[in-house]
Amino acid sequence: MTAKPKIEMIGVTKTFGDNAVLKGIDLTVAAGESLVIIGTSGCGKSVTLKCLNGLITPDYGSIKIDGSEILGGGRAAMEDLRRQFGMTFQFGALFDSLPIWENVTFRLRQQQKLTKAAARDIAVTTIIGLGLAPKVIDQYPAELSGGMQKRVALARAIVDKPEILLFDEPTSGLDPITGGVIDRLIIDAVRKLGATTVTISHDMASVRRIADKVAMVHNGVILWCGDVKDMDKSGIPEVHQFVHGLVDGPLTQLGTPTQKGQK
Amino acid sequence: MISFIQNIGRTALKFLSTLGRLILFSVIAIRWIFTPPYYWQQLLRQFVDIGYYSLPVVGLTTLFSGMVLALQSYTGFARFSAEDTVATVVVLSVTRELGPVLAGLMVAGRIGASMAAELGTMRVTDQIDALDTLSTRPMQYLVAPRLLAGTICLPFLVLIGDVIGVFGGYIIGVFRLGFNPSIYLSRTLEYLQISDVTLGLIKAAVFGFLIALMGCYHGYHSGRGAEGVGRATTNAVVSASILILISNYLVTALFFGV
Repeated sequence: MTAKPKIEMIGVTKTFGDNAVLKGIDLTVAAGESLVIIGTSGCGKSVTLKCLNGLITPDYGSIKIDGSEILGGGRAAMEDLRRQFGMTFQFGALFDSLPIWENVTFRLRQQQKLTKAAARDIAVTTIIGLGLAPKVIDQYPAELSGGMQKRVALARAIVDKPEILLFDEPTSGLDPITGGVIDRLIIDAVRKLGATTVTISHDMASVRRIADKVAMVHNGVILWCGDVKDMDKSGIPEVHQFVHGLVDGPLTQLGTPTQKGQK
Repeated sequence: MISFIQNIGRTALKFLSTLGRLILFSVIAIRWIFTPPYYWQQLLRQFVDIGYYSLPVVGLTTLFSGMVLALQSYTGFARFSAEDTVATVVVLSVTRELGPVLAGLMVAGRIGASMAAELGTMRVTDQIDALDTLSTRPMQYLVAPRLLAGTICLPFLVLIGDVIGVFGGYIIGVFRLGFNPSIYLSRTLEYLQISDVTLGLIKAAVFGFLIALMGCYHGYHSGRGAEGVGRATTNAVVSASILILISNYLVTALFFGV
């Protein structure tokens, strides 16, 4: 790796009650790189992602963004740092009580004194760029299909041009075609922004489309990390089983419930 | 025997831990009420939700309570020829006690449940985490406006409920029990003091705060899934109702004789 690291996680651990979810995560993501984290359900992928933007505070370890430590800096420092991040959640997490244009421009309106008209214009421009019709902006999230909600969530994540984008299962619950479209939108948006991305995905077709690098989490540690093109020749049985979706193999944690105590 | 003592200890620790979390939650929420930025749109929405949409249920409750009170007190006082005190009894009961407590309980059912369900759903669908990622403090954006609106709106609701409750007593007094309208009205106002109304309004403010606090606390800490949200909703209504009854006594005792 020659490029300067944008994100570094060193020895990150997190325990919920008696359940040690992360047992020492080490990851490096270069600026502009797209890392996808894979692994069985309950292995700690989401916790890793949430540690990155401070939604969960690790027990031990170090997380650096652009070489600066982000842990232990207090809430205000974390709030400042979060402005560099855009994030989409597995089920969209759009605000039910707000129309689409307010969802998309939520952070912009909190941080800048935007007029309603200016905010609506920005929302329209952004969602058109993601293939949605302008009339959608006055609808509410519940009125949209799953694929449209994912696009709106993506619009909300990229609207203020963050340097780092985090995607939690961006194609889950979508048909393969819509999933492919979302992947393409993500790739285009990330390329335009020049952003560094960390994505969680179970969808191997999607992983192959969007990843530069893949990391597999297993039992709270990084079991394998390498270029996406090397994924099929890792030589690690767990990676082979997961990548090829094989029922029989060393991975026995399929269907592990969400970590106890995790909110 | 040891396991019995362990159980008591565990329950006591759990209670103290919950109490500590609740106090911390309240202190943080109150702090955000007075700290900019202020979310006026959220506050306005809560005013409408709590103040305006609760009016019918509070109005109906106090109307019929005033009517029942007039009938019952007439039945009782007629036994020792004190029927002419019905108007005074109705107005004092409604303003000091029935108005705030009944309005509080009805609003706890309506608003406490709705807040817990809304925040609980936001919790389980990651909307609260999403707020954090969008550089907005969930306590300041979601909880502070609800607490403020609950504390301000309930006294207004109770004031309107007081008028409607007394009117209910008037209807029964005049049209059913045959009181002279002007005498009934003069008896209503004769012994009524400002402090009677003020006490009711102080109670209402306390109840409004507690209802919003319980709704927000249980919703904010909702467990996962539909079951978690359902449990949060039930806990919000039950705990708010119990706290209303306890704080009703405490406020009454504090102002006893006033």
